[in-house]
Amino acid sequence: MAKSPEQEHTVKTFGWAARDSSGVLSPFKFSRRATGDKDVTFRVLYCGICHSDLHMIKNEWGSSTYPVVPGHEIVGVVTEVGSKVQNFKVGDKVGVGCMVGSCNSCDSCANDLENYCPKMVLTYGAKYYDGTTTYGGYSDLMVADEHFVVRIPENLPLDAGAPLLCAGITVYSPLRYYGLDKPGMQVGVVGLGGLGHVAVKFAKAMGVKVTVISTSSNKKEEALKHLGADSFLVSKDQDQMQAAQGTLDGIIDTVSAKHPLLPLIGLLKTHGKLVMVGAPEKPLELPVFPLLMGRKIVGGSTIGGMKETQEMIDFAAKHNITADIEVISMDYVNTAMERLVKADVRYRFVIDIGNTLNSSN
Amino acid sequence: MAKSPEEEHPQKVFGWAARDSSGVLSPFHFSRRQVLFLPSELYHDRENGDDDVTVKVQYCGVCHSDLHTVKNDWGFTRYPVVPGHEIVGVVTKTGKNVNKFKVGDRVGIGVLVGSCKTCESCQQDLENYCPRMIFTYNARYHDGTRTYGGYSDMMIVEERYVLRFPDKLPSDAGAPLLCAGITIYSPMKYYGMTEPGKHLGVSGLGGLGHVAVKFGKAFGLKVTVISTSPRKEEEAIDKLGADSFLVSSDPAKMKAAMGTMDYIIDTVSAVHPLAPLLGLLKLNGKLIMLGLPEKPLELPIFPLVFGRKLVGGSDVGGMKETQEMLDFCAEHGITADIELIRMEEINTAMERLAKSDVRYRFVIDMANSVSQ
Repeated sequence: MAKSPEQEHTVKTFGWAARDSSGVLSPFKFSRRATGDKDVTFRVLYCGICHSDLHMIKNEWGSSTYPVVPGHEIVGVVTEVGSKVQNFKVGDKVGVGCMVGSCNSCDSCANDLENYCPKMVLTYGAKYYDGTTTYGGYSDLMVADEHFVVRIPENLPLDAGAPLLCAGITVYSPLRYYGLDKPGMQVGVVGLGGLGHVAVKFAKAMGVKVTVISTSSNKKEEALKHLGADSFLVSKDQDQMQAAQGTLDGIIDTVSAKHPLLPLIGLLKTHGKLVMVGAPEKPLELPVFPLLMGRKIVGGSTIGGMKETQEMIDFAAKHNITADIEVISMDYVNTAMERLVKADVRYRFVIDIGNTLNSSN
Repeated sequence: MAKSPEEEHPQKVFGWAARDSSGVLSPFHFSRRQVLFLPSELYHDRENGDDDVTVKVQYCGVCHSDLHTVKNDWGFTRYPVVPGHEIVGVVTKTGKNVNKFKVGDRVGIGVLVGSCKTCESCQQDLENYCPRMIFTYNARYHDGTRTYGGYSDMMIVEERYVLRFPDKLPSDAGAPLLCAGITIYSPMKYYGMTEPGKHLGVSGLGGLGHVAVKFGKAFGLKVTVISTSPRKEEEAIDKLGADSFLVSSDPAKMKAAMGTMDYIIDTVSAVHPLAPLLGLLKLNGKLIMLGLPEKPLELPIFPLVFGRKLVGGSDVGGMKETQEMLDFCAEHGITADIELIRMEEINTAMERLAKSDVRYRFVIDMANSVSQ
């Protein structure tokens, strides 16, 4: 008979889990493996709430198995390292993002693209090599293979830095890969949430002019004054959209709800690139004429490899880029999830695990 | 009152036109311009502008776009329309500023006959992406008159949009390169589909597809033809040189081929599913759309995001690149596989084209067609 989550490993761990597709989270006792030769164990201090956490606890992608402990924007302080660990020592500030394993032998892994490895192991809700389920960062302790741990530079605040581990790399990687990082370029960002606001900050730091594209004008002032966007387009305003036709070198589209691509393709200059980082489940309509007549592309991207994730964190530290966050206590998490459904957060909740996750809850 | 097509210019021309969306073509008398931009009294040569080249048409390829246009599939045809944008002929007259061509030269005219010449695209030799680019037929020229294409006995085109036809390239089998050839060559270069040893999928084996196979092999790629018709397999492999053939309606074969291709050129203009094609691509794979379906297609986003794949488009090529393509074909012995027809047979040819019943391009032999 399979062991219970509390018994399957040797180290007692405490966290919060969703038990069913209502998505309601509650205290959950489980266990993690003892620190292996190549493992880094750390005490979790903060964990960002990613919209993916919400999708997973509610089983919106149909792949969730319960109980699920979400959280893949995890930061903390190292408490133990395995005997073969080279790059970390006790006391280091570290983070773990969306992955905790990959095959290490395929082309993707060989090219520092572990995120595209067909056997990549997700930080939570996946099957690890030992057959057990992975549990994420809404917990007091994390254990991960050194390869999947990033160092957090001294000057990067842990709480506001946590969301970079998913949101940050998710927008940084395509800005680089699709070449939308050249000073003077004009790039649009669709959707101003966790991904969108970080995209604005990274693009500005790369010397790019940023246009935020949103369905409503109520985020306009913030986008321009606080985030430093150069302009703001209300996508439902036909006149504004018409005037902006053919002005953008690229667009980072963070919206995962179903939405029309034609107006976005129209905003692109010739040879422009529309990059999808939000992942709508159902197919979208692709108008082919504008793609051909303007030699435009629609591409996608998901997170990034470990090497690039470290590069992104170092870039963020150098340019003082952090997420805009609302720090919450662990027992506020269900309310936070309800607010996240309504996009009522500027722009990421971060759980103060270190101070508020108590096993006596 | 607007002048009739026969009267609007001084040079009398004979061609075939479609008059309505039945798409049926019939003899059509019209005329071509005299001069550009300056009042006519300043010109002594009333048939040819200073920058123009007059060409007696010898051959004209029948592109599937001609069929789409005569039937108004895309909704912007204005009748009467004289199609034809794969034109090869001989220069009979040149304007006084023309220095690249002389009388007797063999030349080609492709998909465009004009552009603004001042925008960024034009300055980068990408006239095909100029917002004021002028199509060889069914478009509005600088002087406000309609452009008429190569299903006619002569053309007058500004020098910049005329191509030199290399000696080694036959006029008849080379004509389709002027649209099909550049339509394939340009995106292969732009999207980096020229690395020897990489795996190219070609979806659809018609005018564009068969040329794509030839270019793919010339670039040293492994080529797989993806088609709904199993009957095309033998030819694809034995005659065109494809390395393998994948019947897209065979689920087991499609599954086995998943994640094996670096790029796919999609030449199909009917509405068709993209998900299976995206599945055939490796990580970072590129699906390049060249066919123009009437309706939008369904694009699944998951494969793009989780495989960092992209879907891109391309539309013919600029003049410089088109010349480069012709020279490349001459060097590598690449021509289209054609079936010569007389102008009078065009309607039957169009019916057969609608059923893909041609290997792989019809080419109108103007010299052997009835001239009036």
